[in-house]
Amino acid sequence: MTGTAPAIELRGISKAFGPVQANKDISIRVMPGTIHGIIGENGAGKSTLMSILYGFYKADKGEIFIHGQKTVIPDSQAAIAAGIGMVFQHFKLVENFTVLENVILGAEDGRLLRPSLARARKELKRLAEEYELNVDPDAVIEDIGVGMQQRVEILKALYRQADILILDEPTGVLTPAEADHLFRILDNLRNGGKTIILITHKLREIMEITDTVSVMRRGQMTATVTTAETSPEELAELMVGRKVLLRVDKAPAQPGDVVLAVENLNVTDEKGVQKLRDVSLSIRAGEILGIAGVAGNGQSELLEVLGGMCTATGRITLNGDDIDLSGRQSDGQSRRARGIAHVPEDRQREGLIMDFHAWENVAFGYHTDPAWRRGPLMDNAALQADTARKMEKFDVRPPDPWLAAKNFSGGNQQKIVVAREIERNPTLLLVGQPTRGVDIGAIEFIHNQIVALRDQGAAVLLVSVELDEILSLSDRVVVMFDGQIMGDGPASTANQIGLGCLMAGMGGADTTAMAGWTISDAAAPELMQEG
Amino acid sequence: MDKMPKWADVILIPLISLLLAAILSALVILAIGEDPWAALKMMVQGALGSTYGWGYTLYYATNFIFTGLAVAVAFHARMFNIGGEGQAMLGGLGVALVCLFIPWPHWTLAVIAATISAGVFGALWAAVPAYLQAKRGSHIVITTIMFNFIASAVLNYMLVNVLRPQGAMDPATAKFPAATHLPTLHELLLPLGIKFSKAAPANVSLLIALAACVLVWLLIWRTRLGYEIRAFGFSESGAKYAGISPVKITIVAMLISGALAGLMAINTTMGEAERLVLNATEGAGFIGIAVALMGRSHPFGVLLAAILFGFLYQGGAELALWTNIPREMIVVIQALVILFTGALDNMVRIPLEKLFLSLRRKEG
Repeated sequence: MTGTAPAIELRGISKAFGPVQANKDISIRVMPGTIHGIIGENGAGKSTLMSILYGFYKADKGEIFIHGQKTVIPDSQAAIAAGIGMVFQHFKLVENFTVLENVILGAEDGRLLRPSLARARKELKRLAEEYELNVDPDAVIEDIGVGMQQRVEILKALYRQADILILDEPTGVLTPAEADHLFRILDNLRNGGKTIILITHKLREIMEITDTVSVMRRGQMTATVTTAETSPEELAELMVGRKVLLRVDKAPAQPGDVVLAVENLNVTDEKGVQKLRDVSLSIRAGEILGIAGVAGNGQSELLEVLGGMCTATGRITLNGDDIDLSGRQSDGQSRRARGIAHVPEDRQREGLIMDFHAWENVAFGYHTDPAWRRGPLMDNAALQADTARKMEKFDVRPPDPWLAAKNFSGGNQQKIVVAREIERNPTLLLVGQPTRGVDIGAIEFIHNQIVALRDQGAAVLLVSVELDEILSLSDRVVVMFDGQIMGDGPASTANQIGLGCLMAGMGGADTTAMAGWTISDAAAPELMQEG
Repeated sequence: MDKMPKWADVILIPLISLLLAAILSALVILAIGEDPWAALKMMVQGALGSTYGWGYTLYYATNFIFTGLAVAVAFHARMFNIGGEGQAMLGGLGVALVCLFIPWPHWTLAVIAATISAGVFGALWAAVPAYLQAKRGSHIVITTIMFNFIASAVLNYMLVNVLRPQGAMDPATAKFPAATHLPTLHELLLPLGIKFSKAAPANVSLLIALAACVLVWLLIWRTRLGYEIRAFGFSESGAKYAGISPVKITIVAMLISGALAGLMAINTTMGEAERLVLNATEGAGFIGIAVALMGRSHPFGVLLAAILFGFLYQGGAELALWTNIPREMIVVIQALVILFTGALDNMVRIPLEKLFLSLRRKEG
């Protein structure tokens, strides 16, 4: 490849936000026709770097070269003109427009739409054939799946003549099958000469698809390596700066009596949409049950019902005693009184009050505890002392009970929530997305804490969209799709392919191949190939 | 990290805002051909230059403390209680009924009963909008504004048709019995050897207002209820997670807010007028919004802001009395203060935050 100029070259890019140095002296070279991965923990500066490349931020220092030409990118228009296309984590599509209309939006040829639409239709057909990017041009965005929507985003960029594509955490919302399809598309694009930058925090994806990979840590580029010459372990170490255990180190479960029994649980939301359909499951003491599924298939509602945040019909018993599913005794306070602790899916909206001090957050949900009461007032001094102790035990940094929750990093915020819930020694621990937006070092710590609680005999319900997390942490797995349970079985015999089918609502040979698994009749018998 | 030190947030920003309001007011006074410096001296002299002036300033401040605290408590639960005016009017009715129809042996007993009655009437008037917000989702801003008008009509009816003494032309109640008259600051300070103006209306209600500041502070930052109110105010989804009932907090916070607004009537109706008149509130319910905004919803801030607005009220009245500056100009000045301290907060805040950030970077 000597002789050709790199498709993108960044030289000495620096960017500071106030006192925070988001990017520091970053240089990369990405050769044309390759896939370059950028991996790093949350807050490492990946998104800032890409925002500079796409013209959202102006770098304080440094130069950008596109195909050897020094280029200044003051806004996204200039980025598009330079042939850069970006696929954001959160799609920027008009929900009630068709695919075609979304593709030409902002790139119309003239005042009249008809010629643009005709041209776009032809172009879309060509792109579909060339790159396996099949989308029905007349489908309305809100009617098509997330995977399809992502393809529309890619088509938008290609329609604007992009030959450099940036994808920001593209697989976060996809099923494994959809992710595989995306990677096939990326592969085709690479073969067609496009240059792709893939931002992700998933090591597996980096290993699977990229040619070269850069690792970012605390705003700096710590290494750029050829993917074929590295290993996940080495990348993880480069990301965190120390050796990391990627697998959860846990002894086999010693299941005791049934702690939680859920029978025929049904939930309908305010709009009348049924979110849970006849869900039944049980968890034993000393067991972690993982709920796998693509986000939005009823897992959140299951957690909310158990945590007392929404009402339901059906029956739930905890150690044989009924739990109210509606009325006065169905709120978070009564659940906590029964020994149910809850690490919610969204720590910023639910688990913490971001403007509260750490010590106020340690009381959150348990603020009526008589231990923290002094006459009519709250015993703030006792709370502060207790917080300092928990922060020390859970290695929260900085260990300052007076710091507001919003001033901690994502990992440390989560540690505060986990410390608060686990230190209650609950009978049942509900955990939603325990490591979303959490750095690798903290993930390891949080996983170990959950396993330790299990070993003390607690029942744990784990909801996560990260299949790797479900597989490594759970003893037993339940797969949910469209509010129903598709199958359940031991984690030891489960595999990505089988679970992937169930997560898409399909049964078939791959699922029955998993030993010890019960597949629901609701799962479609055959593997239907998606269009 | 916080963007700037706390002292800058609570002291510097209000001071700069005030200064800007003062400069703009000076320009307006200059534009109508008067001397702004003389006007300022007149205001300071009139409001703070004598115990008479202080007596009025503190009297107005007492009203604004109550209404400011009322708005502040609702703010903590992220509700905008614009109904302070109506709740204070009803508080006045509560005071009048207690003072007129129960024979009190001594003012100390009367003031306790009147305080309770004013609080209950104010709270009840806030209860309906609170219930509608909590259960039906009717926006509290709309309903409390409407309830101001209803309160005004109710008071009008009560004064004209029910409570007006026979033969009187004035839509007001009879004078309250002497045993219910509250001691003024003059009477309170005399035993301490301090000579305070006899004519000034400031009275023992000021002490009740100060006590209310302390109690509200305890409530918000030291009790479980205050914790729940603040948590609910910051994040409704968080409150739901923690098992804090939105219905309960909405209603309880509004009841407390309404009660505080109602308490203002002890000062105006029982302390000053010694009878219930139409428009006893004189817009203090609305000033309370500005006071709470400027005081950052903190009882101590509310106290300081209330004294400032008391000064503006009394100084403004003096200005209108002794100079050619029309009364409307006083409203302009007050509006400018509200505009800068309340509405245009970010205009001062954002440049100041940038300044502190760049200073810190230089240090680092």
